[in-house]
Order: sequence, then structure tokens, then C-alpha cells
Amino acid sequence: MELELPIEQWSDSVSTVVLGATSEDGGTRTSTVTLGGAATLPFLDFEGEAPNPPVLAMEVLDTEPEGWPEPLAAPFGDVLGDPAAWAARCVEEFDADLICLKLIGADPLRRDASPDECAETVRKVLDAIGVPLIIWGCGDYDKDNEVIPVCSQVAAGERCLLGTAREDNYRTIAASALADGHLVIGESPLDISIQKQVNILLTEQGVPGDRIVMYQVTGAVGYGVEYAYSILERTRLAALTGDTMLGMPMVSIVGSEAWKAKEAWMEEPAWGSLERRGILWEAATAELFLLAGTDMVIFWHPEALKHTRWLAKDLSKS
Amino acid sequence: MQAIGERINGMFRSIGRAIGEHDKQVIQDCARTQLAAGGDVLDVNVGPAAADEQAAMAWLVETIREVTDAPLSLDSTKPAVIRAGLEVCTGEKIINSTTGVPEKMAEMLPLAAEYNCPIVGLCIDADGVPRDAEGRMEIALSLVAACMEHGIPTDHLYVDAVILPVNALQHVPPEICRAIGMVSALADPPPKTILGLSNVSQGAAQRELLNRTFLVMALAHGLDAAIMDVTDQELMEAMITAEVLLNRQVYCDDFVSAYLASRR
Repeated sequence: MELELPIEQWSDSVSTVVLGATSEDGGTRTSTVTLGGAATLPFLDFEGEAPNPPVLAMEVLDTEPEGWPEPLAAPFGDVLGDPAAWAARCVEEFDADLICLKLIGADPLRRDASPDECAETVRKVLDAIGVPLIIWGCGDYDKDNEVIPVCSQVAAGERCLLGTAREDNYRTIAASALADGHLVIGESPLDISIQKQVNILLTEQGVPGDRIVMYQVTGAVGYGVEYAYSILERTRLAALTGDTMLGMPMVSIVGSEAWKAKEAWMEEPAWGSLERRGILWEAATAELFLLAGTDMVIFWHPEALKHTRWLAKDLSKS
Repeated sequence: MQAIGERINGMFRSIGRAIGEHDKQVIQDCARTQLAAGGDVLDVNVGPAAADEQAAMAWLVETIREVTDAPLSLDSTKPAVIRAGLEVCTGEKIINSTTGVPEKMAEMLPLAAEYNCPIVGLCIDADGVPRDAEGRMEIALSLVAACMEHGIPTDHLYVDAVILPVNALQHVPPEICRAIGMVSALADPPPKTILGLSNVSQGAAQRELLNRTFLVMALAHGLDAAIMDVTDQELMEAMITAEVLLNRQVYCDDFVSAYLASRR
């Protein structure tokens, strides 16, 4: 007897968001990246269209990282102190679809880098790569509200993704995105209701749904990841059943989360090879989020990205 | 829940006059107002006074289609009037309605099959409206069987258990709630459920209060759609709130505006 697969009928799909602008659209990117558009749950391509494969980005810090374990730092050699060279290597050697520049140096508790200094870094990174750019603030509300507008201006027309807008701090970043032709990341603390609220607030300020990407603050494998999984999955289900205020694509950060876990970096012979452990921790976290419905993952380690790319391709085969 | 706007009905004086005078503006404004208020579907009924009902239905549909591609509920008891609407209606539509009377089903169900569109089936037979939920389910079951005979998917059938005015027949609302809960067991995939909501308060005092309270009760029993006054803001807010409390919409602090924004 032939087995008939039960096919779920969904009423809606995830919105489609294009990052980056080429010269035709007023930018200088040599390529763009398209997120979202799925009309079904991840990797169920027998059930509905999923026109865009998962997007795999790499993170670049504006400040040389301290205390990175050897297996994490090794692939980057001498570029970790030079964001532009670091970004170029991620694209040229490690196959990153786009770059996420984190302006951690702007944090008053770190270097307290000025808005102009941050903007210069943004410009240098943009000049070093042809792929689209995510510009991510330091997380300090007041400082981000000074830094992001200046960085947004220096990247005007490039259709960058600006992060992050939160429920109690979204107006400045939304205004910058609207003024300079960028897109916005709406952040919430692993709470689907707050995510929806951030999206309605951004929408009411005039940011259209195809210029919003959702970000839930998550952990890594072993650190409450099950809860993150269920939130991401529930968000995708809401999108597929017609809730357009939860219908935007999702981004997940795995590099910085996975390498926080002691299992990723601690010397412990019983836990297996230190060379591979962190990479696998990062890859497993990323792959779990893809299964939950995230559309873009931001990595630290190139081998974790490579493994995830292989798995995503394998799972996409009908 | 699908909210079906009831205002484009020749029974209302301004709409009846607009149909008579071919005043597109009035009809199109009415369509836009109902959609902006959160309506998902627009009911279209030429009313009792139109001289040529078929021509009036076709004109209404074409007039509405100039401003929106929202689904239309083509509302008439006469198959020829329904057909006149179907012939010019691009996009999604629902036939509203047939009863469970065999002759009526024989006229209306072929239209639903031919145009591959959902159809509302009223729980009314030759004896009228049954007294209780069980009587309504007997008719609903014959509607399901007839749909299957005509090759209409069972989830294209919207079962209307027929609410009657509470001031005259106070035993009916609880029967309707029970009936709504029973429909899902009739077929797989289950038929949907629908109500002509405003009927509950016909001739009664405090109509809006009755309408919105009964809508919430019916939703809690699984109602899928209602033909209602979507321009009644408190009614819409009660519906949206019930959807949140029934875990059909994700809560957020601005849950009313989030729902409405999701519909635009």
C-alpha cells in the first residue's frame, strides 16, 4: 500500500526581506541576500514553497576580542584586530553570505568609542566587502541612540540591517532606518508577545513589514535552548497561520552564545577533542535554530558555518 | 475568525438607494469602511427592492471589485441571482446560502461545485428551523452528504445553525452553542461554522451588547465565521479579545491594533 503523506495547508507565508542594495538600487553592494518567504515549516518542501535557503552570516567585532580560545581564534590569524580584513576573510575564505558588524567598542564600559569612530569602521568594512552588512549596536540604549544614526548615515542607501530595536528603545533606530533606506532588527528577550509588540510599534512608526527582521535573545545548546526552540517554532506557526505581526523572517545569533558555554572551550579530556567541541557546539545550536524556523544564523567559527551549510543543503533535498 | 461585513445589503436604505441610482461611490465607501474596520469578507445582498435582482447583483460585485479583491459572500436565496454574481466575481467568493431542503440543495450545490467555492448551509428544512441542536445536526448531516455527492470538499461547507431573536426564543442561543460544538464531528475535514449574528438581537433592546456577548460565547464553542456589523468597534474588539483569550492569536500589549494591522 502506498503511504500518503499528510500535507498541512497553511494560509500565509513568512514575508520576504531583501538585504543590501546594488548600484541599480542606489547602493554599492555587489550582491544582495533574500531572507524568508517560506510557506511551510523548515525543510518540509513537499508541503510548500521555501524559496530562499537559510542565510549564514558571520560576525565581526570592531574591537579585538580578548580571551578567545585557540580553536576559535586560529582560523582568523592576524585579522582579529582589523574589522575590514576580518570581514573580507569571512566572505572570501569562509563563504559567509553577509557580515554582521558588532560595535561592542562603543559600549561605555569597554572603549566608549565615539559615533564617528564607529561610523568610520562601518565605512571601512563596507568598502572591504561586496555582500550586505548588518550593523549591530553595543546594547547600551543611550549610546546606541548616538551611534546608530551616524553609522546609518555613513551607510545610507546600502540597505543595511540595523540592530536592535527594543520595546522601550526603538524610535531612533526606526527613524534612522527610514531616513537612510535601511532595515531594522526588532529584538525581544525570548518572549513572543514582546516580539509582536516590538513589531507593531515599528509598523506604527512607519517601518514596513518587509523591512523588519525578528531577533529573540537565545542561549546555546545546554543553556535553555529548548525554550528558544519552542518560541521560534511558535512564531513561525503564527506567521503561517496569518499573523503578519509575527510574519517577518527571524535571525539567531549562535557564535557568541555557543562559545559562552564552558563545554565549548574548557579543557576536560572526558568531554572529547577541544579542537572540535566548540565548533560542534556552535553548529548544533545553529542547526537546531534552523529546524525551529530561523531564517538567518550569525556565526563565529567558519567550520560551524560550513557544517550548517552542508546540513541545510542535505535537508533541502526533496 | 472570519468577520464578514453585513452592510452591503439593499435592505439598508442608503444601499438600496445606491443600487437604484447606480451610485458606485456609496457602495465602494461602504466596502472600504468595512475592510478598514477589520472585515475579512464582504457580504453582498441586493435586498428586497431591486427591480432586476440579477443585474443588481452583477453591478454590486463589479462595483466592489473596482476597489478591493477581498472575498465576497454572495447573498441570495435565488440561484439565478447567485449565478449572476459568480459570473462576474473574480477572486474568492462564498455562496450564501442554501438550506437543507433537497430542492434548494439541488439548485445551489452545483453552483458551489462549478465555481469551486465554499457555500453556507442553513440548518433549515421543509419544517423550518428545528427546536434543538440535535435537530440542527440532522440537517447539517444531510448538507454534508449532499456536498459529498456533488464533489464539494466538506470543509467548503459553512454550517449555519441559525440563531433566532432572543427576545422571542430564549432557549435558542444555548442550542446554537451546542450545535457549533457538534459540527466538527460531522466529517473529516470538518465543515466550518458560521452565524448571521445580528439576528440574535432582532427586535430586542441593547442590540450591540447582545451581539457581542453572544459572539464571544459562540467563539468559545468553536465558531469559524460570522456575518456581522464589522463597523461596530466594540463588537470587533470583543471578537479580537476572545481570539486572544482562546489562544488563537498571540497576545501582545497592543493586541487589538496588532490584529487589525494583520488584516490590512
